[in-house]
Amino acid sequence: MSSANPSERFIEAASLKIEVMTGGSGAPLLVLHHDIGNQGWIPFYAQLARDFTVLVPSHPGYGKSSRPDWMRSVRDMAFVYQSILGALGLERTAVVGLGFGGWVAAEIALACPHRFDRMVLVGSAGIQPTNGEIFDQFIVNTIDYLRTGFANPADFEKTYGASIDGARLEAWELAREMTTRIAWKPYMFDQAMPYLAGTIGASVMLVHGSEDRIVPLSCSQRYASLIADAKLNVIDGAGHFVEAERPAELAAMVKAFVAGVAR
Amino acid sequence: MHLMYFTEQPMSAYPEEEGKKLGYTALIFSNRYFDPVAASQLYQERLEEYRLAEECGFDGIMLNEHHNAPFCMQAKCNIFASILAAVTKRVKIVLLGNPLPISDNPVRLAEELAMIDLVSQGRLVSGFVRGGGTESIATNANPAYNRERFEEAHDLVIKTWTVPGPFRWEGNHYQFRVVNPWAVPLQKPHPRIWIPGVSSRETIIWAAEHRYPYLVLNASIEDCKNIWKLYDESAEQAGYTAGPEQRGYLIRCHVAETEEKALQNAREFMWMQGEFTGILDPVWAAPSGYLGPWARKFLSETHGGVYQKKPAPTFERQLKAMSIIAGTPEQVVEKLRILLEETRPSILAFWANDGKVNHEDSQTCIRLLGQEVLPAVREIGDRLGLKSPFEANTPVSLAATPASELRPPASVSA
Repeated sequence: MSSANPSERFIEAASLKIEVMTGGSGAPLLVLHHDIGNQGWIPFYAQLARDFTVLVPSHPGYGKSSRPDWMRSVRDMAFVYQSILGALGLERTAVVGLGFGGWVAAEIALACPHRFDRMVLVGSAGIQPTNGEIFDQFIVNTIDYLRTGFANPADFEKTYGASIDGARLEAWELAREMTTRIAWKPYMFDQAMPYLAGTIGASVMLVHGSEDRIVPLSCSQRYASLIADAKLNVIDGAGHFVEAERPAELAAMVKAFVAGVAR
Repeated sequence: MHLMYFTEQPMSAYPEEEGKKLGYTALIFSNRYFDPVAASQLYQERLEEYRLAEECGFDGIMLNEHHNAPFCMQAKCNIFASILAAVTKRVKIVLLGNPLPISDNPVRLAEELAMIDLVSQGRLVSGFVRGGGTESIATNANPAYNRERFEEAHDLVIKTWTVPGPFRWEGNHYQFRVVNPWAVPLQKPHPRIWIPGVSSRETIIWAAEHRYPYLVLNASIEDCKNIWKLYDESAEQAGYTAGPEQRGYLIRCHVAETEEKALQNAREFMWMQGEFTGILDPVWAAPSGYLGPWARKFLSETHGGVYQKKPAPTFERQLKAMSIIAGTPEQVVEKLRILLEETRPSILAFWANDGKVNHEDSQTCIRLLGQEVLPAVREIGDRLGLKSPFEANTPVSLAATPASELRPPASVSA
């Protein structure tokens, strides 16, 4: 366990109950989780918590956060996030978005250009790839989807153990259901994103595993070409779940990027 | 009774070993294995069989649809319904049914159905279904809104049929600035609506609340009784007492001149149950959100790779349980008598030919059913008082039931 003493609490935002995990100390750093929900206080967070106060909300409809039945899109979610971040006192902050969470981060930035000063988008969805397709989780089972997200499928067992308990399976199912509700079609991207991404004013670091079989590299390349202040780091040999596969390396990259640009 | 003929319109003309290799013969089983020459021939044979079923005395022909799979060659039941509207004279054309949630345009659907009713001179029975999960994926209709879309599309179809246009529809899933199709149905207030299902609790309650007959698709006698119990309770809540006129049953039933031949052909019912090829990944059958929150644990196991679909019971066990009935006409009538006595439906659909049963045997089966089985079944039905919705002249829905015929709804606490 981390020495950062993560705590869990609930806040109210947009008439929803939102679960937030917090740990560490230092400048705040928001982490937006994958479409499988937040997987607890993972080693990646513990690494970050040495330098930051890490805040990880469960997206509306994921984990223990209440489900907005009306929500139809990630853009809807981004507007709810304005209230969530307001309630957390995060008027201007740095953010790390993981996969689907990268899309959420990008949408929040479109809705409120001043919200983020630094953005780290890791294997980020949200934009249509120019080469390849975003892997469709809905025609395979969740385990196969997750395995596909690791460059080395054996890392799935290393991360989650040889047998998955019922509670985790149910949490994954709840997440999969919410993802179905808001990202079914078009799957995992927004058609307006190429026209809007240029309005993102934050400094952006795109990180992409060279072996990501979920989100094609061309998504990150496309973001990088559209956002004025963007750079792309490809991590050789990593898959989609970079935070699980390379926690220390990714945390160091985040730290260097967030600390390296004057705030 | 209302006695119908049904076949899934299976297409067995594909390389079985390719299905076995892939493990599936649905959704992603490549249509490179589709043989258009064979398919064209099979469509001709099915048409001939439907016409024969009318000649032989069936009251109705039941049609359905599925997508991306060789086990059902009907991708749109309205197409065969349109053909039958023109080439048959007497039989009811019973669609069980159009999957409402996968329709992006229920107004167009209402209009198509109205045209079928008009061309057939009022012979349409318009069933509606939610469609299997595979249907949602194949047509890219969000499964998480399947039930919401089902209910809203239904309300829109009924309004389109019964309220003179133009009107606007600004719904949750459907929006139309002008609803005003020129054609409306011949039957008033609208064609009968029957709801088939395999046990979705919400659908049974929904059907009862609308006073729509519910057709049990080949469930066991015991499951069937449980379904009626739930239906009857919901009907009481809604203010009426349900009877056989709200009950339908689909039975796999094949007859031939000899028992041996009948059993040989009836074995083909195992074909679509996956004995010969695994047909469906359980992930596709039940996508996330397709079922209510009550099913989340089951879905988490399905999508977690824990749940493995149980293989279908053996042919012999299904014969014993009477979920497949096969034999000579006399043998079959005896079994059907038990089924009718136990489950008391007024609508009985004969799923008579499946898999690779050939055209000639299919015709023999239809002829024997018509000449020997149907008259005997009608006698049993009369003795048991199983009046179909047509014979009993029941209102087409709860909304169409005169208020004087309804009791005040039971209070929730009662």
